[in-house]
Amino acid sequence: MKTFALLALLTATSALAQDAPPLEVDVVGGTNAVSTIAVPTLPTPADTDTAAGRTGTLGRQIATVIASDLRSTGNFTPLGPTGIPTYSAAEAASPTYATWRSTGAAQLVTGTVEASGDRITVGCRLHDVAAGRELVRQGFTVDAADWRRAAHKCADAIYSRLSGETGFLDTRVVYVAETGPKTRRTKRIAIMDSDGSDHRYLTAGDATVTTPRFSPRGDRLVYMTAAGRRPRVRIMDVATGKDRNLIPGLALTFAPRFSPNGGQVVFSMASGGNTDIYVVDADGGAPRRLTNVPGADTSPSYSPDGRRIVFESDRSGAQQLYVMNADGSDQRRISFGGGRYASPVWSPRGNLIAFTKIAGPFRIGVMSPGGSGEKILSDGWQDEGPSWAPNGQFVMFNRIRQGSGQTSLYAVNINGGSPRRLPTPQDGSDPSWSPLR
Amino acid sequence: MRHSQTLMLATALLALAGCGRADRAVETTPPPVADTTPVNPDDVGLVELPALQADLVAKAGSDTIYFGTDKSDVDPDSQRTLTAQAQWLITHPTIRGSIEGHADERGTREYNMALGERRANAARDYLVSQGVPSGRLLVTSWGKEKPVATGSDEAAWAQNRRSVTVVVK
Repeated sequence: MKTFALLALLTATSALAQDAPPLEVDVVGGTNAVSTIAVPTLPTPADTDTAAGRTGTLGRQIATVIASDLRSTGNFTPLGPTGIPTYSAAEAASPTYATWRSTGAAQLVTGTVEASGDRITVGCRLHDVAAGRELVRQGFTVDAADWRRAAHKCADAIYSRLSGETGFLDTRVVYVAETGPKTRRTKRIAIMDSDGSDHRYLTAGDATVTTPRFSPRGDRLVYMTAAGRRPRVRIMDVATGKDRNLIPGLALTFAPRFSPNGGQVVFSMASGGNTDIYVVDADGGAPRRLTNVPGADTSPSYSPDGRRIVFESDRSGAQQLYVMNADGSDQRRISFGGGRYASPVWSPRGNLIAFTKIAGPFRIGVMSPGGSGEKILSDGWQDEGPSWAPNGQFVMFNRIRQGSGQTSLYAVNINGGSPRRLPTPQDGSDPSWSPLR
Repeated sequence: MRHSQTLMLATALLALAGCGRADRAVETTPPPVADTTPVNPDDVGLVELPALQADLVAKAGSDTIYFGTDKSDVDPDSQRTLTAQAQWLITHPTIRGSIEGHADERGTREYNMALGERRANAARDYLVSQGVPSGRLLVTSWGKEKPVATGSDEAAWAQNRRSVTVVVK
């Protein structure tokens, strides 16, 4: 695994923070205001050969990734890097604002790409074009081969400054890549950057796999595999691919998720026609039972403070959402809208629970942990399996098409707007968003 | 359609392998990672016995029973099928049955795992009530992962809500 070091060279000065008016992206009527931002090619002081190509070429590639990242947030219409003016490395700190005003851009991203040995440093500045003022000034030093990560970090800094939210673009996604006809589907766990780049497979496709989920540090996965006709939860080290059964034996286990500190895995075990929720130390030991009511208790997900667990149960006769303490006590139903509710996931901010609502079609929605404020975010035939971005602002899910069973990954802003499709080489399902790297 | 895409991709990969150089196509679709996990006793899989499976189907009429939407009760038709399966299993005392429950696509993935187990367990209980030693029967669930009918309509869903008695050793 490549080593990656991130170095914040400069940060915006406190003086700037004091006199710059807040340039928030307004949320009006449930949709984000979109602002036009110019992302010209990043110049290089000296066109230098690196392991990832010449710095002059990297400057265009990095600007392309920044523009693509910003577009994906739904908050920006990027201009460039092609078809807009360029500037010299010397001008990165003091752009000619009049030039950029004439493009119609409200903001401008400038910076530089400089090589030093095997590494590059990417300068990243954000400007308010109308006010003629710098808003963000950061630098990221990475292995040249990791230039995309510097671009994601720059885009995160810009998104964060203008939205007031923490970044989420320098993340990965693990999901199930699907191929073949509906009756003989080949499913493999795949991992990629959240913009679809650096895609690779973690399982071979000989066994059906579902529901891979990241550990809080992104270094491990839990997932279900039906290897040997015995569906069970396994736990995998992402870097090495080594994995083992979560618990010994042949018991039918599924629906795994890590606790917020990564020390436990909560999951379902089915036996005798009854499915209950259990928790086990991620490094082994005996599972402890948390629910003990006849019915299907599944899809458990911890609150970010680790004190509570949301899950679904059909104990009332149909799937509904419940919250309990992490030791299984005080189980209370929270969903009372029409229809059934499934696959709840607690937001990393703690303020919302995303779920799949079943009312004929499947829809992705959010509600408060108390059950109020239900809001539906998607309208596909079957939108299933929500996963939160680490900043709690976006939810990823899979959308299945009626008939063909073809499935793709989508992400939607919880403030509204249309879900955006993520590019994958094949069909995709069961996404899990990594923490911010 | 999907098949032809896969074939085209395979052809493209072969052509690239012949050239012996990397390319974007290879970058986005790398070969699967080899599974080098050591096998332990928990991982010994069950082996299907196709000839005996065919014999079960011939003698018992079917290896499959069907369920109503979100239901797991064994109806009279299914009871007749399971009674015949039980007789076959009793006359083949060295054979084990993997009772495998399935659900249609209208449930969520994890709930359907639970529902499939509930169905397989109902079938297992009935087989045991007909004299099959419980120690010879394993119960598992495929949820909605292995449909036999591809449509998104009631006829297809009815075929997919099932429990299959799989003859294994």
